[in-house]
Amino acid sequence: MAEIIIYKSIICLVVFVVSLGIAAYSTWWERKFAGLLQDRWGPSRAGVWGLLQPLADGGKMLFKEEIIPNVSNKFLFVLAPGLFIVTAIMAGVLIPWAPDVVINSTPYAMQVADVNVGVIFLLGVTSVGVYGIMIGGWASNNKYSLLGAIRASAQMISYELAMGIALIALIITAGGTLSFREIIAQQDAGFANIVWQPLGFIIFFVCALAETNRAPFDLAECETELVGGYHTEYSAFKLGLFLFAEYINMFVSSAVMAGFYFGGYNFPFASELYHAMGLETGSWIISLIGFGAYFTKTLIFISVFMWIRWTIPRFRYDQLMNLGWKALLPLSLLNLVITVVVEYFRGNIQF
Amino acid sequence: MQLTNRSKVVSHKEQSFAEKIYFPAIVKGMAVTFSHLFKKRPTIMYPEQHREFAPIYRGEHVLKRDDNGAERCTSCGMCAVACPAEAITMESAERKKGEEHLYREEKYAAKYEINMLRCIFCGLCEEACPKEAIFLTDKIVDADYEREGFIFGKDKLVEKMDRRIDVTKRQTPEVLEFKKQPGLKHNALYNKTELDRGKKH
Repeated sequence: MAEIIIYKSIICLVVFVVSLGIAAYSTWWERKFAGLLQDRWGPSRAGVWGLLQPLADGGKMLFKEEIIPNVSNKFLFVLAPGLFIVTAIMAGVLIPWAPDVVINSTPYAMQVADVNVGVIFLLGVTSVGVYGIMIGGWASNNKYSLLGAIRASAQMISYELAMGIALIALIITAGGTLSFREIIAQQDAGFANIVWQPLGFIIFFVCALAETNRAPFDLAECETELVGGYHTEYSAFKLGLFLFAEYINMFVSSAVMAGFYFGGYNFPFASELYHAMGLETGSWIISLIGFGAYFTKTLIFISVFMWIRWTIPRFRYDQLMNLGWKALLPLSLLNLVITVVVEYFRGNIQF
Repeated sequence: MQLTNRSKVVSHKEQSFAEKIYFPAIVKGMAVTFSHLFKKRPTIMYPEQHREFAPIYRGEHVLKRDDNGAERCTSCGMCAVACPAEAITMESAERKKGEEHLYREEKYAAKYEINMLRCIFCGLCEEACPKEAIFLTDKIVDADYEREGFIFGKDKLVEKMDRRIDVTKRQTPEVLEFKKQPGLKHNALYNKTELDRGKKH
């Protein structure tokens, strides 16, 4: 029992620290990558390659004056950023980062919690994330914040539908399991799910962009129209938490995409490689390599998110709703039908 | 009614399927941004790296000393007269006995101030100076937090003997010849003052 507690605490701590670290360095990479895409160098003063920039930004956020508007609902105002970041981190517990390590014939999963309804848990937690934005925008008592919050919640709720249906198609392909761990494990032999779900992946990807409020769907904070959107009134570290949580969201949804559609810690010819290296199942080296593969995929997805942000202009609100309801929702239904037909002929489902 | 022939007829053509699904355009756009990853960057990392200035760049002023270390400025006020931004003020004083090594002529500038916030770095002071005393160098004026910091007195302007500033680039024979032109307004003024002075003596 004590063993389990120690091992779970370590995993929790590692996942927590890595999530925060990745979120911090996403801000650095966002600025660096944006610079590179725009023929600039990006941050280059704080440390080598500007690597200390996140620390400087964090320090700045900590030491700035904290302003709570007099007319705001103070309890909710303080609650919102906390709620937002908690839900953002919570989604990260599902992700199995590497194959199990076997010590003394006991398998240790490299995952905080193997929830058997993982996909539903994921959708639930990301939906609760909307409350952070909604409460923050409402409690600020500011028209820009409120507009930003309304946009954000409308957008996230609209895109959740298409996302959910795309995930149903994925679950059918993955053999009817809702567990994150099994969805990834099922891809170790044969192809990654992207091969069977190309349309589903595109739908999921677009929805993930919308769910994380990233450009081209960043209407929630839309500087040109809404100052800062739902976090207009926030300052100091509460603002920092909001921005931080957005990057954690991005990290988690990148990891989810890499896991659901690109095989997670699996990669082509993995078992052949492990066999050639003479490694047995459960070796920590396999876990390490698997973790490296998963992490690389995740980082690539984060970069793609940024690449899109610095390429595509923002959607107009009506275009956003059109895309969500008139394009993505029918497409995801179509994808579901196609998936069922294909899986029937592959013999994975019977009627 | 058509007023000009510059008006354009707006196209309301139906979008094609490829345009409607956005993807070809998005892919094209992303290819464009990706290609910029490998482009040469025009950034100049300023404090370490300097942009190359033109040889006649006009930056911060210097009040030259002669080879013996005496100030060349005689506080004639020609520069202040020539200055279109009225950035230059000065107070003159008479040289005392024993100060010959400090000041070249009998009159000198006891106080000489240039307001760098007013200065437009046109170089007319340099052009007006009959004593080859003031020059614009290629040094950029330092930034400051206070307005007072931009009023440069003699402590900042007068050249230090251990760190002499080379102004030969701005002292070519053509320039010297140009400065003698009688048609120049300040030359006329200078000649007039010299004339007046001659009358007095």
